[in-house]
Amino acid sequence: MSLIDLANPSRFLALTARVLPWLAAATVILLALGLYQASLAPDDYQQGATVKIMFIHVPNAWLSMLVWGVMSVASLGTLVWRHPLADVAAKAAAPIGASFTFLALLTGSLWGRPMWGTYWEWDARLTSVLILFLMYLGLMALWRAVEDPSRAARAAAVLTLVGAINLPIIKFSVDWWNTLHQPASVMRMGGSTLDKSFLIPLLVMATAFTLLFLTLHLAAMRNEILRRRVRSLQMMQASRIAFSSEAGTGSRDGSASREIGAT
Amino acid sequence: MTALGALIRRDVRIALRVGGGALIGVLFFLTVVVLMPFAVGPDLNLLSRLGPAILWLGALLASLLTLDRLFMADHDDGSLDLITMSRTPLELACAAKALAHWLAAGLPLIVATPVLGLLLNLDMVATGAVALTLLAGTPALTFTGMIGAALAVTLHRGGLLMAVLVLPLSIPVLIFGVAASNAVIVGPTPFGAPFSILCALSLVSFVIGPLAAAASLRHGLD
Repeated sequence: MSLIDLANPSRFLALTARVLPWLAAATVILLALGLYQASLAPDDYQQGATVKIMFIHVPNAWLSMLVWGVMSVASLGTLVWRHPLADVAAKAAAPIGASFTFLALLTGSLWGRPMWGTYWEWDARLTSVLILFLMYLGLMALWRAVEDPSRAARAAAVLTLVGAINLPIIKFSVDWWNTLHQPASVMRMGGSTLDKSFLIPLLVMATAFTLLFLTLHLAAMRNEILRRRVRSLQMMQASRIAFSSEAGTGSRDGSASREIGAT
Repeated sequence: MTALGALIRRDVRIALRVGGGALIGVLFFLTVVVLMPFAVGPDLNLLSRLGPAILWLGALLASLLTLDRLFMADHDDGSLDLITMSRTPLELACAAKALAHWLAAGLPLIVATPVLGLLLNLDMVATGAVALTLLAGTPALTFTGMIGAALAVTLHRGGLLMAVLVLPLSIPVLIFGVAASNAVIVGPTPFGAPFSILCALSLVSFVIGPLAAAASLRHGLD
């Protein structure tokens, strides 16, 4: 089963119908395990219990960047390989990524209030993530502004690839600028500085969130494929109505209203 | 090379003639700057502190406003199709068009800056700093905005959608432009670091902008 086999939407739908329940179950189990472990994790000697926000905040922040990465690969698929499902994947991922980014900003500001004494600070990490959020919203607006999905797909793909420049800026903003946000402590040269009692629940939560994204993404892709099928059926029906009314039988008004009523 | 030169000359000429509308950007810039004292009050100290930010915002909005003309007129009269099909690489043609647009619409903004600085109670050094940062930064605004203009012409949608797509990309330019100006006027921070980053942003946009705009035109016009 290679990537090109999935180009057929029917085959993709059949495969995801089999995979989705397993993915959903794995997500639920890992989330439960991660939350349980997170609740058992010790309090920080400085931050107290608020350190537990980390187990929600950090996976959300990682996912907000991962989703844009997935969308960039899908955009390459649209522009270079012309994979038929690539633009479906890109479109379905955008709202999910926007939600992760919003949750990262929200939990971050709730964490910042007791730790930094402010909900919001214009520092480099926060600002660059906010720009990411705005770009997600712009991308969703672009998808909604154009009726023809394939036309919107190519425009959105170009914009997604341009926006991918923001990802390294977010990742390294804490190293390049002297920010209020703490520097990287897990994915850094020379290994993690996080203690095991925090690191293991965090990694479990990150895996759970990644699985959550996969589940939501596949489900959203299914919806998008079905939505496009409904759209093309509706357009076929509309052209049939237009054609039959052009043929000009006496009872065309009656038949047209019956067809519309049936949808 | 001659083809690109001809393209630049043609675009500049069209922009400067009647109906070209390049100088409307300057008028808009003037209007925005004049509006600010009404909004924040005619306190000269406050205005001179906010001056660089006001000038940068005005220039950003003015260059955004004129951007949708970049491809739209050529698309309407069909010459964009000729440019797309010609033997000159589309990326270079896009870069030439953006350069012409900057010459016609961006440079006048910088020329107008000293006059507007007078209105905002900026002294000679501060005005010079703002003009210098605008000179280094507005090409980045034009070249990243070109991506939005190319998307707008392929989607047949302009206006607000383009602004929503382009403005997040221009935030870094705004940050470092104002930071460099303020470093000269008030701050103890050195002028060099933010100014170099501003120049780097312009250089990066010289590469990214034409590539992305050409890709969007090539995939979108059919």
